[in-house]
Amino acid sequence: MAEVEKKPAKIVLREIVAKLYDDAWEAKKRGEPVGWSSSKFPAEIAETLGLKVCYPENQAAAISAKHGGQRMCEYAESMGYANDICGYARISLAYAAGAECEEKPMPQPDFLLCCNNICNCMTKWYENIARMHNIPLIMIDIPYNNETTVSDDRVKYVRGQFEDAIKQLEKISGRKWDEERFKEVCKNANRTSKAWLKACSYCGYTPSPLSGFDLFNHMADVVTARCKKETAIAFEQLADEYEQSVKDGTSTWHYDENHRIMFEGIPCWPELRTLFTPLKSKGINTTAVVYAPAFGFVYDGIDDMARAYYKAPNSVCIETGVDWREGICRDNNVDGVLVHYNRSCKPWSGYMPEMERRFRKDLGVAVVNFDGDQADPRNFSEAQYMTRVDGLYEIMEENKKKKGGNK
Amino acid sequence: MSKIDELLTKFQEIASDPKARMDSYIAQGKKVIGCFPYYVPEELVLAADMVPFGVWGTHGIINAAKEYFPSFYCTIAQMNLELGLTGKLDGLSGVIVTSMCDTLRPLTQNFRVGVPNIPFIFMSHPQNRKLKCGIDFTISQNKEVKEKLEKIAGTKITDEKLKEAIKVYNTSRAARRKFVKLAGEHPEAITPLQRSTVLKSAYFMLKDEHTAILNELNAELEKLPASDWKGTKILTSGIIADSESLLKIFEDNKMAIAADDVAHESRSFRIDVPENDDPMLALALQFAEQDCDTLLYDPDINKRPGHIVNLVKESGAQGVVILMMQFCDPEEIEYPSLKKGLEEAGIPYVMIGFDQQMSDFGQAKTSIQAFSDVLNTQN
Repeated sequence: MAEVEKKPAKIVLREIVAKLYDDAWEAKKRGEPVGWSSSKFPAEIAETLGLKVCYPENQAAAISAKHGGQRMCEYAESMGYANDICGYARISLAYAAGAECEEKPMPQPDFLLCCNNICNCMTKWYENIARMHNIPLIMIDIPYNNETTVSDDRVKYVRGQFEDAIKQLEKISGRKWDEERFKEVCKNANRTSKAWLKACSYCGYTPSPLSGFDLFNHMADVVTARCKKETAIAFEQLADEYEQSVKDGTSTWHYDENHRIMFEGIPCWPELRTLFTPLKSKGINTTAVVYAPAFGFVYDGIDDMARAYYKAPNSVCIETGVDWREGICRDNNVDGVLVHYNRSCKPWSGYMPEMERRFRKDLGVAVVNFDGDQADPRNFSEAQYMTRVDGLYEIMEENKKKKGGNK
Repeated sequence: MSKIDELLTKFQEIASDPKARMDSYIAQGKKVIGCFPYYVPEELVLAADMVPFGVWGTHGIINAAKEYFPSFYCTIAQMNLELGLTGKLDGLSGVIVTSMCDTLRPLTQNFRVGVPNIPFIFMSHPQNRKLKCGIDFTISQNKEVKEKLEKIAGTKITDEKLKEAIKVYNTSRAARRKFVKLAGEHPEAITPLQRSTVLKSAYFMLKDEHTAILNELNAELEKLPASDWKGTKILTSGIIADSESLLKIFEDNKMAIAADDVAHESRSFRIDVPENDDPMLALALQFAEQDCDTLLYDPDINKRPGHIVNLVKESGAQGVVILMMQFCDPEEIEYPSLKKGLEEAGIPYVMIGFDQQMSDFGQAKTSIQAFSDVLNTQN
């Protein structure tokens, strides 16, 4: 029998996310409750109880990338939501209120899973949806942490909320909590995280076998399907493919690699092509992205899981945030940082000026910023972006000359 | 000068010059602790024999803080940082900074890094504050704050001291609630600006000192005959409503503030602390009872609009002026629900954009005048 050609990991990963949404539609048709979840809600809980869940942030990113963001944002604005509220929130609120959306439809929710480790905006965003649909909201609150470690008191608080959330979701699902199933789900989530982090680590090779922007594309899986065994296997395959590329001297980055940068922040999804253009032409590969490894967390047991969910880009103190970023800058051998001041993300952008100073001082790399938005194209200026990337390139070239050519 | 005017002048002097008040406490040998928004348990500061001092920004221009914050952030947070960076908070023995919103999160870090000369006390609040684990978490966070305050004060906060402080604060809260009611009933005696100075000055005074003067004022207001107010009455809603220019516009349009849903005002003194044997638990129980605030997760998802509609009805307000703090996500995202609640109840409202750098009030004036006309036609 002829060997069936193996699908590339990127296709497998795409199919996993597509299936997740198909399963949610099927569940809805069968009359089962379907939830909407924030991206860093402990997915292990719903997965253990066999609940089907969709992800508004993933939906909003997809809508934005397909250029539906502005239309949806304007719909929300017509409902009274101010235009400086997070673009993802505006898109999601518009969709929940019934705005037409062919770019990425998903079933309307029967319950909501909200965790504010990402931001506090999430809390009010989900409360608004709960009001619109008059549905239960399961809230896991992870308060901002000013320390580099997570105290036992913080763990205890989150543990207590896990227990409360489980009780509420048992009622919604009509199923009893199964500890063995939970262990299996956690095993899958950890396996996914390890494989994802391994795949991300290939950016450390010079030249890199991938463009860091590829990681943004694969994030949908780590956000929406991290508790599934097939996701872990697909990421393991992705890492194997990168390994092979290193051996073969190939890369998904088909351009020169004159410079390597960290992209700080969430991408401007409506402007991906614009973001990419000057980077390609100048041979600047993005080999470090903060957003991607943020979703790869490995833990051992439920207390450790509570600690793991404390670690989100917007829930850690500045020292942890800087260490985290400077670590990936060093590991991935970057000589510049491109910082996105994201109008949609106040907790993220609010300490970037100080972080920029630290990157310059600690790493001695070129740091340049631009204004944009993860979803609303009205907050992005192509001209400013081009000028800033020119500036970044010039400084990196200058630094390279000072160091005597190639690094 | 009438007794009422005399008392109002005292409040006005304090509200208009917080720095002088702070310096006078320091000159008396007292340690002063800056309390940033929101829900700082000031009772702990008082129980450590120190002076809790509210820091809610100021009106002016932001310069130094631009080195830390991009432009699209609430001005209270930016102004607090500006005050710290420019030495205006020098003299404070510490600051307590909370992290309840997406602007306060980075503010905690920016302030700690940018103003290292002032001892920094970080504070987390649980949003799931009503669950047992939430109450326990509030206690644990308050304990951390307590220990840091004890270190600064060089003294232990005993249960007895804390119980006394809770009494002082409950008395102050009751007096302020009474004043809000009386000011709403007597707009002929208390202008919107005077109302604001009475409430604002409480942030810069030891509460027993403030209550003593306020009790006198309340007593005078109670003696007044029933008001024959010919103007209109409104409820204000927002984060802060202390702008002299803005409040003068209300006065010019004969609009009295009958009640408020303002974070800096009534939201901060709505709920008392239970006076029981365990004062740390009591503080946590008080926070668990805080509700109907845009900053707080509301397990009863429809409660806030109903609360404001009731406030309007109980106070006799004819309409609501929403003072929308620019770039305040929590207020902005809760606006459509509030709007819907008011519309369903048939209550007129207007939204006015506002921030602490605002110097041109032309647009606000036009909107308020137009709103005043609407209310007058309904009279």
